[in-house]
Amino acid sequence: MSEPWEEEGPGTIKKFMYVNRKAPYGTIYALESLEVVLIAAAFEQDVSMAFLDDGVYQLKKGQDTAGIGMKNFSPTYRALEGYDVEKLYVEAESLAERGLSEDDLLVPVEVMGREALAALMDEQDVILSF
Amino acid sequence: MSMLHTVNKSPFERNTLAACIGHALPGSAILLIEDGVYAAVRGTSHEDMVRGAIAEHTLYVLGPDLLARGMKPEQVIEGISVVDYGGFVDLTEQHERVQSWL
Amino acid sequence: MKYGILVNEGPYQHQASDTAYQFAKAALEKGHEIFRVFFYHDGVNNGTRFGVPPQDDRNITVRWTEMAEQHGVDMVICIAAAQRRGLLDEGEAKRQGKDGDNIAPGFRISGLGQLIEAGIQCDRLVVFGD
Repeated sequence: MSEPWEEEGPGTIKKFMYVNRKAPYGTIYALESLEVVLIAAAFEQDVSMAFLDDGVYQLKKGQDTAGIGMKNFSPTYRALEGYDVEKLYVEAESLAERGLSEDDLLVPVEVMGREALAALMDEQDVILSF
Repeated sequence: MSMLHTVNKSPFERNTLAACIGHALPGSAILLIEDGVYAAVRGTSHEDMVRGAIAEHTLYVLGPDLLARGMKPEQVIEGISVVDYGGFVDLTEQHERVQSWL
Repeated sequence: MKYGILVNEGPYQHQASDTAYQFAKAALEKGHEIFRVFFYHDGVNNGTRFGVPPQDDRNITVRWTEMAEQHGVDMVICIAAAQRRGLLDEGEAKRQGKDGDNIAPGFRISGLGQLIEAGIQCDRLVVFGD
């Protein structure tokens, strides 16, 4: 397997950001967005995920879905590292508004302020929002 | 060549427009579509927020969505341009990226 | 310009697929290329040929089919999302042991990689959803 920077020819690398603004379970967006990211990892693009607004709830520790009869997909966020998806950005304001802190999250992330996140969004080539 | 943001939610139902305005860099464009067009109309409780956005960004509203909902271009807050679907396409061409606030 | 379009909502339930269609139509009229329309989440339901809307309403699926046939637009339904929701082509129906298929002409079922590829290949990827 060649690394992306060793590729020749038309191997363009674009910056893809997956923007998550929705809570899990109430709708399927969080789960199916995660499925896109797992597939995208194979394309050796520059992938990052942003969690803001209710999207931060996707990363809440201690999810237990036994009582609602749905699959708990939160462990998958911890598997992302194995897919080389390591850039997980969480918006500080969104956490604070919801009474959450970094300790409440189930995976290591980079917490950043709204302005920094906005600047990061502006650097992307493709923004996929779910 | 900055970002084009689209917003398709009524500001009365969701915080989507506020989230978009909070993240759009100065000089970017915001296009209101579908239920998002209600924010473009004068006289709502969200008018101040929208006028604040006009000061920093270029605002557009999709005319066909406005007309479908019984609103007229004359009711749109000054400073917001009304475009049709062709204008929507032009905006995506004029801006490097499109971010849909869903 | 080369456009990719992502449709995340089902027909009739949400305006997203109507807006996506009007956008695509306007882009084609202006001489742009629509490289691919990718249907995800409930958007896969745009591709069922069994829908029978009232005669005085638009037929969303037929509109997509005609666009595919007249302009050679690649209409791709996500296989993972389609399997959950019962959208099948002939091959998939056979593989899954189902007694029929329901995909409309002009559509094809394929993987999420087709969405990522559209993001890489296209000048713009525009997302329509809820």
